[in-house]
Parts: sequence; structure tokens; C-alpha cells
Amino acid sequence: MYRDLTIRQKQIVWAWSFLALPVIFYVVIRFYPTGNAILISFQNWNLLGDRTWAGLENYQKLWDDPVFWKVFQNTFLYLLIGTPLSLVLSFVIAYHLDKLRFMHGFLRMLYFLPFMTSAVAMAWVWRWFYQDVPVGLFNNILAGFGIPQISFLNSTTNALPAVLAPAVWAGLGFQVIIFMAGIRAIPTSYYEAAKIDGVGWWTVLTQITLPLLRPTIVFIVVFSSIGFLRIFDHVFNMTTNNPGGPLNSTKPLVLMIYDTAFNGFDMGYAAAQTVVLFTILLIVSLIQLRLLRSN
Amino acid sequence: MNKHFKGLVAAGLTSATAMFASAANAVEIEYWQYFFDARVTAMEQLIENFEAANPDITVTMNHFPYADYRTKVAAAIPAGEGPDVVQLFYGWLNDYVQAELIQPLPADAFPPSMVDTEFFPMVQAMKDGDAYWALPTAVRSLALFYNKRLMDEAGVAPPTNMEEFLSAAAAMTKVDAAGNITQVGVTAGMTAQDHHWFREGLIRQMGGEPYTNDYQTVNYNSEAGVKALEFYTDLFESDTPVSAIGFMDEPQAAFKAGRAGMHIDGSFRIGSLDKTRGLEWGVTELPATADGVRSNYSSYWVNAITTKAEGEKYDAAVKFMEYITSDEAMQIWLDVVGELPAKPSVGLTEANANNDVYGPFIRGLAYANTTKFANESAQRQLMVEMVERIQLQDMSVADSIAIAAEAEQKILDEYYSN
Repeated sequence: MYRDLTIRQKQIVWAWSFLALPVIFYVVIRFYPTGNAILISFQNWNLLGDRTWAGLENYQKLWDDPVFWKVFQNTFLYLLIGTPLSLVLSFVIAYHLDKLRFMHGFLRMLYFLPFMTSAVAMAWVWRWFYQDVPVGLFNNILAGFGIPQISFLNSTTNALPAVLAPAVWAGLGFQVIIFMAGIRAIPTSYYEAAKIDGVGWWTVLTQITLPLLRPTIVFIVVFSSIGFLRIFDHVFNMTTNNPGGPLNSTKPLVLMIYDTAFNGFDMGYAAAQTVVLFTILLIVSLIQLRLLRSN
Repeated sequence: MNKHFKGLVAAGLTSATAMFASAANAVEIEYWQYFFDARVTAMEQLIENFEAANPDITVTMNHFPYADYRTKVAAAIPAGEGPDVVQLFYGWLNDYVQAELIQPLPADAFPPSMVDTEFFPMVQAMKDGDAYWALPTAVRSLALFYNKRLMDEAGVAPPTNMEEFLSAAAAMTKVDAAGNITQVGVTAGMTAQDHHWFREGLIRQMGGEPYTNDYQTVNYNSEAGVKALEFYTDLFESDTPVSAIGFMDEPQAAFKAGRAGMHIDGSFRIGSLDKTRGLEWGVTELPATADGVRSNYSSYWVNAITTKAEGEKYDAAVKFMEYITSDEAMQIWLDVVGELPAKPSVGLTEANANNDVYGPFIRGLAYANTTKFANESAQRQLMVEMVERIQLQDMSVADSIAIAAEAEQKILDEYYSN
């Protein structure tokens, strides 16, 4: 039977037989659980007993849950503070690092190092930095000058920025490298032409560098947005005693899902939250990819 | 034949005949618990003793990381796999019963009237109607740890009542030039064991009852509840605080580091404090009120027979349950794990009740209560937030306790309606 096929058809058969592995892999470990999660979101299940149909009950509960709205707001705060901040910082660093020859490799390594460090280890070190007197690094420095200590983590206003800072720092190295690659890819002839015309650095930056970096910027925005929307390890490890606290002021959606599923054993409700997160990620990614395509 | 052959080879030639004889009609049952070094060692010892007394029964123990435990149990039992005797947290009993994972203990081997009288009273939480579903080998309770050096330095003695407790805490608190606390008199934090102390200790001592209707109705939004919470928050919110929330990250860390005079914690902390170099600690019962009222909290892990066990396996499982809830097993568990015996006949022996370390915990069992949680972590979280509203948002004690009571009632209602 295989022998009767045309060469083109044979090629297709071969292509699919090679593709079968990743396709099966994806179906089993991605699509099936995704579908299952959507199914569970319409059911009640505590991991032990039978699953029972709940209709839209879980979504109704989510809508009425003030914690969910707080968490929803936090998730977008992480996104809206984290993404622009890391974008600007990484661009400024890359822009200047690119011009620097002295110890270039060493500095680049220093910026990249946090990206390679385990998020858990980093979160715990920062957690120590933020402690109150007598252990915390920052507050001990303040106390050394006789200044009263600042509550970093035990505060409803300071905690979120305090948790976000190491997350931004950790992602910076990767973004700096991407930006530097983008800057290097801009043909030098543009800069030479600009030099001949005698334009200032500001014009060069805004008229040449930034417009030509657009694909790089869009990539970094998409990449870091997804990262901040899914933030979990930094928050969880810095607030393990009171995950997402104080008063839910640092709790992101993923942490709420984890807590509902594996402390509350309310799988249906957790799955409903997962579906919401999935939808948000989908929408944000689609919008950003659209921006990329219009280039 | 093949099975016997394998058995022969494995046992070696010397014991071959004996093995053959016993393996021929051996019943094999499985026991599951979550992984904790000392618990596994203790159980190995219990199984060894049990098998020596019952040569026709073999017990295989399986243990899993705590995080996977529930999922594994839930998947295995309905599939006819997994344990015949299973260990579970007392707070999960309801879930396990409803999911039909466990069966009631037989009344002939475990007559409820016998259990009622022989075990410490809080074990009655495991009784539904007139059958017991599960029984503990060991229980835990709270007590007041104190740092001997700091006590000597401040010239105070271990407190017995609340007044002495507060003055001892004040004497051991140190503040630096910038006004920051650098040593607390007593640790505080609802994230640790304090929420138990508040629920079953302070509220009852102030004359209240935290829950009614078999823990289905929240009852601490009362005068006693407000008094208890005021007592607690005054530790760190008054003008001269003797404690600070989040001091040195965790209460037990502050105590271990020798920066806290006193610390309320469970008997399970003994092991890790023993290993702390340079820390000289002692332990005493939780402070009583001026009228001598005491109250304590107790929690425990229980063992139950699963619905998988049938026929001869069921009989073997019953025998095994009888052994692991026996006086002998409880003494082994105390010696190896450091958890307290669940029966006064073992706990209140001269040697155990007057033990310097275990004594205060064991004596605490006599007046301990066990909260029936629907979702312990969510209910603890409400206590944490109750304090945070007062501390971070300047809410009044009465308002904050009302919000917590309402939210907790919602959790209970939802749980018991299913």
C-alpha cells in the first residue's frame, strides 16, 4: 500500500510519522490537561470523592469573591509596573553597555548572573534583606543611622513593590542580552549617515535606534508580560508564612490557584481560576502578537 | 511454586524451612503514612514488633512526601490498590469518610465506650454516632517554651499565670536607640501556632466558647472573643510592646536564635530545639488566668482501616490497628518521635507526666480541645488577616473579629452543606 503512494504522498507520510511524536506529546501533556481543567471548572471535586456537576457555580463564586478581585488587581499591578520598568531599565543598561568597551564582558556577566540564579534562592536572600531589625540588611543600615525601620514585607503598600523588585532584577539580564543583540543588528550605515548629517544623540536614539528595535521591544514586552502575569515563585517564597499577604496585598492569581487547589482541595474552583488566567494570557498574547504583525 | 522458590532464595538456606511454613498462609497488608524521618523509624519498629507477635501477618509500609500524600491515597484506594491501614490528619476525617475511603472501626475490637474512657477526651472528635472511624497513636499539644538564659538575665521565673507571663515578657524585651525591638519578650504570629492558642486557649480562658454546634457555628464574635483578641494584640500593639509581628521572620526562628524570651509552640518543636546549639530552653504549661483557668489545643494524626481491606486482610488490619493504638506502641512513639501518648494510661504515668520536657505538654492534654477544621489553612488565614487589619489598617478589635467570624462561618457553611 505504501508502495502505491506518490513521492509527494510518501513525503507527507514520513513527515507526519516524525511529527507524530511531538503531536502526541502535546496532546497528552498539554491539550488533554487543558481540556480537563476546563471540564473540572464546571464541577465540584475535592480530589477524594466523585466529581459532581456544578454548572457555572464556580464562576459565580469567583465573581462574588472579593479576594479574587484583589488578586486580579495585584496580577495586573505586577504586569503594569513590572513590564515597563524592566523594559526601560534593560534598555538603558543595554544602550550604555553597548557603548562601553572597558570590562564589557565582565559587566555583562554581572547583569546576566541573576537570570541564571534559582528564583527560590534569590527570593529567600531578598526576604532576609527586607527583614526588620535585628536581622534585615536594609533595616539594620537604617538603624545604624538612627532612622526608624521601614516595614517592607509587613505592609499593605510596600509589600508588592518589594516582592516585585527582585523579580524585575532577575529578568533584567536576559532582556539586556536581547536588547544588545537588537542594537548590534542595526546597520551601522544609518548611524554613519546620521553622523554626516550632524544630528544629535537624542535624534539618533528616537529616529533610528528605537524604531529599528521595535521587533525586539515587542518580543521583550510579550515575554516579560507573560512572566509577570504568571509570577509565583518570588511571591510564594518571600511570603511563605502568609502566602500572598499581608491581607492579600501581594497575592497573584497563580498563588490563589495553588492555594485553592492544594490547601483548600477545591479543585473545581481552582480550575475556574485557571481558566480565567488562561483567558487573560491568551488575550494579552493575542493583542501583543497583533502589534508585532502590523510591523 | 515460583513465589515459594523466590522466597526460598531470598531467605537463604538456613531459614528456608521456617519461611516456607509461614509464607504459605501469610496475609500481607499495606500501611501508608507521609514521610517524616522519625515517624518512619518508629513505625518500622512497631511493624517489627507486630510481625514478631503475629508471624502470619506481614505489614509493608509505604511513605510519600507530604505534598503528594492526599493525591496518592485518593487515586489508589478506589482503584483497589494502596493501603489497608492509612494515616491521615484528624481534620481530613470528614473528607475521607464522605469519599468512602475508610470504614468504621469494628465495635467488638474497639468498643466506643472503651475508647471514650481510655483515650484522652479530645479523641472523641473521631466518633460519629456510635462508631469510631479512626484512632491516634500519638497526639500533640501546646506549651510555653522559655529561654533560660534570658530569664536569668532579666531575673524572672517561668510564668504560671497571665499576669506573670506579661511581666516576664516585659522584662525580657529590649529596644534599640532608634526605637526598634531587638529582642522580644514573647513571640507572636498567627501564622505559627498562635491561632490555636487564641481559638482553644485564650477564648475559653476568657470564658467563651470559640464554636458551638459541633464546630459548625462560629461563636467567638463575643465579649470573651474580644477580650482574648485584645490580650493577644496588646502584646505587640500597646505603647510598650513586648512582641512584634514578623520579628526575625518566624516566631520559632526568633526563639531558636535566642532573641525571644518565650514562645508558644507544639510538642513537635522539641526535636529541632534540642538540636539548636547554645540554646538553653525549658518548657512549662500555657499560662492560666488569675482564677486558674487553663485551656489548650490538641491535634493529631490518626490511623484508619480503608475500604480496600476485606476478608482476611480486614482481620489482619484490625489486629494491626489494635497494636498501633496499644500502650506499648504509644510509649515507643513517644520515645522515638517525641509525640505524646493518646491515652492517660501511658501519658500520665509517673515518669511521663513529670518529665521535664514532655510533662507540660502531657498535662496540657487533660484540658485540651481539638478544633474540627473544615479547611485549616483557610481558617488560619482568617486569623492572620484579623490581626493584620488591626495592626496595618488600624481597625478596632471588635470590628476585625466580626469580619473574621463572618468569613469563617461562610467557610464552615459551605463545607457542611456539601
